[in-house]
Amino acid sequence: MTHPALTERPEKRPRTGARPGPGPGPATVRRRRLRGLATVALFILPALVLYGLLVLAPIAIAAYTSMFRWNGLGGWPEDFVGLDNFTRLFDSDVFHGDLRNGLIIIVLSLLVQLPFALGLALLLNRRMRGRAVYRLLFFAPYVLSEVITGVLFSLILSPESGLANQLLRAVGLEELERAWLADPSTVLPALFAVMTWKYFGFYMILFLAGRQGIPAELGEAAAIDGATAWEQFRHVTLPLLGPTIRIAAFLSIIGTVQLFDLVWVLTGGGPDHASETLAVTMFQFGFKRTQVGYASAISVVMFLLSMIFALAYLRFVMRRDTQGAVTTMGDHR
Amino acid sequence: MSLRRRGLVMGAAITAASLLLGGCGGGSENGSEASPGGKVTIEWWHIGTAEPNKTIYDGWAKAYQAQHPNVTIKVTPMENDAFKSKMATVTTAASAPDIFSTWGGGVLKQQLDAGIVKDFGDVNAIGKFTSAALAAYQIDGKTYGIPVDVGMVGFWYNKKLFAEAGVTEPPATWPAFLDAVKKLKAAGITPIALAGKEKWPGHYYWTYLAMRMAGLDALKQAATTHDFTGAGFVAAGRKLKELVDLEPFQKGFLNAAYSTPDGQAATVGSGKAAMELMGQWAPSVQKDAGGGIGEDLGFFPFPAVEGGQGAATEALGGGNGFAIGADAPAEAVDFLKFISQMDNHKKFVESGAGLPALAGGEEAIKDANLKTVATTLAGATGFQLYLDQAYPPAVGQEINDSVAGLIAGSKTPEEVAAAITETAKAEG
Repeated sequence: MTHPALTERPEKRPRTGARPGPGPGPATVRRRRLRGLATVALFILPALVLYGLLVLAPIAIAAYTSMFRWNGLGGWPEDFVGLDNFTRLFDSDVFHGDLRNGLIIIVLSLLVQLPFALGLALLLNRRMRGRAVYRLLFFAPYVLSEVITGVLFSLILSPESGLANQLLRAVGLEELERAWLADPSTVLPALFAVMTWKYFGFYMILFLAGRQGIPAELGEAAAIDGATAWEQFRHVTLPLLGPTIRIAAFLSIIGTVQLFDLVWVLTGGGPDHASETLAVTMFQFGFKRTQVGYASAISVVMFLLSMIFALAYLRFVMRRDTQGAVTTMGDHR
Repeated sequence: MSLRRRGLVMGAAITAASLLLGGCGGGSENGSEASPGGKVTIEWWHIGTAEPNKTIYDGWAKAYQAQHPNVTIKVTPMENDAFKSKMATVTTAASAPDIFSTWGGGVLKQQLDAGIVKDFGDVNAIGKFTSAALAAYQIDGKTYGIPVDVGMVGFWYNKKLFAEAGVTEPPATWPAFLDAVKKLKAAGITPIALAGKEKWPGHYYWTYLAMRMAGLDALKQAATTHDFTGAGFVAAGRKLKELVDLEPFQKGFLNAAYSTPDGQAATVGSGKAAMELMGQWAPSVQKDAGGGIGEDLGFFPFPAVEGGQGAATEALGGGNGFAIGADAPAEAVDFLKFISQMDNHKKFVESGAGLPALAGGEEAIKDANLKTVATTLAGATGFQLYLDQAYPPAVGQEINDSVAGLIAGSKTPEEVAAAITETAKAEG
C-alpha cells in the first residue's frame, strides 16, 4: 500500500493488450473476460473433477482414516484414536529400518547409479560402430516390468542353483558365494544391483538427450582455447547437463521413496525386514493385517515426505531450471 | 436408423444392468421363506473351484434335487480371494447366502457377531464328525458350521535320508528330535527345509511348541486376555531357539518361498533336505515343485515336549466346512445332512478331495501316508485351528513376523511374546 506503483500495475498493463484507438468499454471487457473464464472452466472441469476424485479425495480420506483404528470393513471408521497410529509408527523399529534402507538406496543411487548412467551416455554419444544397438540393449531392461525383473533375479540370485553363484563357482571364486537375498548383510546391495540393472538405461537415455542438446561448437571452442578432454567435460558438458542431472536425481529419490514392486517380488521386505521399504510396510499392514488405519498413517507419512522433499527441491535446487516456466508465469501473460 | 440403433443400445444396457443387479441381489431373499412342500431355492456359495471338488459338489447338489423335486440348489463356485471379499461385503450388509464355505475360528466369530449365521442345534443329528474336525466351528458350546474335510500339520520326512544318518525311528520327544537333527547334520544332510520368505511355515514350529508348553487352554485364553507373555509362551520360544541354534535349515532359507522351484517343498521333494513341518497337502506340493520322493516319504506327528501342559496327541490343523445363513430354510440343513452321510462323504474322500471329517471315514483313503494323518487326527485328544484363522489377521501376522525374527536371530523368545501381546492388545 506504500508502493503505489505496485497497486497501479494492473491498470497500466491491461490484460487484453494495449490497442491503439478507442478501446472497448469496461462492460464489454468484463463480459469478454467472463466468457473467457467460462471457457477455461468448461475445459478444465473434467480434468479437475477427475483429479479431485482420484488424487485429492484419496489423500483427504487417507489423512482422515489415519486417525482411526479401523480394519477397512463395514462403512466409515468409528474408533477415533487421534495421533495414536503415528506415535506407534514413530516408535516402531520397522519404520526406522524403512527410513534407513531408503536413505541407503538413495545415497547409493546418487553416488553409483547416476554417475554410471552419465558415463555410459557420454560414451554412447561418441561416433562408434553399433552405437544404436548399444543404446537399445542398455535401455531394454527398463522396458521389462518390475515383477518380471523380480522373478528373473530371484532365480539368478537363488543360493544353490542360481546363476550368480554358479558363475562364481565356475571361475573359482567360491569364497565370494553368498546367499544374496537371504542374508541381511547382502540383501540391500543385491537389491541395489538389481535396481541399477533395471533403471540405469532410463537415466542413460535422459543424459544422452541432455548431452545432444549441447551444441558441439561449445566443445570445439573450448578445445581451441586449449581445454583438455577432462576440462571440457568439467567446465562445459557438466554445467550444461545440470538441469538434466537435477531432474534425474529428483526422479531417482522420489522413486526410491515409493519403491515397492521390485522389493515385494524379490524379498517381500525380508529377511527379517532387512530390505523393507515404507511402501512394503504399508502393504503389510493394510492388506495382510487389515489394520487400515495404521497403514493410512504410513501412507500419510510417505506423502508428506515426498511432498516436502519435492517442494524443497523445486524451491532450492531446481529454481534456476524452472525459472521462466512455473514460477514467473504471471508476468508473461 | 439412428433412433433404432439407440433403442438397441439402450435395450442392451438395460439387460446388462438387470443382469448385474440380479447377480448382486441374490443372497438371502431367494428361498428364505421355507414352506413345506412348496418350491424352495437354496443359495450355495463354495470355494471348490478345482477338481475333484467341483464335480463332487455339483454331484451332491444334483443327487439331492433328484430326491427332493421341490428344491432347487443354486450353486456358485468362487475363487478363494473373491469369496473372501464377497463374504466381507455380505457380512457388512448382514445378508448371507443359505449355505457358504467357512474355515471356522475368528472369521466365523465375526460372522456370528454380525448375525448372519445360525446355530445347528444338535450336530450329532447331522453326522458323526470327529471332535478334531468339529472344533473349529464351535463357539461357546454351540455349533455354527459343519466340516467337510480336516487336516493337520506334522513332519513329512525322507525315510532314506533318516536311515543314512542312522536315525532308525521317527523321534517321539523333543530331545530325540534335536538329536535326529544333529545326526542328519553330521551326515552332511540338510535336516529341515523352511520357507523363510513366507513366514507362515515357520510359525507352525512356534505354535506347536506353544501348544505343548503353554497348552490349548492358554492359547484359547490368550484370544480374550490378549496376553501372550505367560511362561509357557516364552518357553515355546526358548525351545524353538534350541532348534534354530543347531542351524538345521537349508542354505538361504531366509529368502526361500514355499512352492517355487527352489522353495521349501521342492527342497524336500527332490531329496535335498530330510524333512519339513507342513500340512496334509505337503505330498502333492512336493511332487509338483520338486518331483516327489515317492515311497521314501513318511509322516510323524510333532514330538512330545516334556515339562509342558500339552500332550503329543494334540494336533494343529484346519479344514473346510459349511455354515448356514441366518435366514436359511430347513432344507439347507437337510442338504448338509445329506452330504454328511457316510457313503456321500466316502465318495469325497476317495476322490482325494480331502481327508475325512466323519469318524470311520479313514477307510476310504488310499494313500498310506494320508491314512496315517487321518488316523492320527481321528485319535487326537485336542485340536488347535491355525492361529491365523483362530485369531484376528493382525495378531496372526504378528505371530508369523515375530517368529520369523526369532528364527533369523534378531528377536529373543521374550521379545516375541511381548510383540504378539502388544499387537493383540492394540487390536482389542
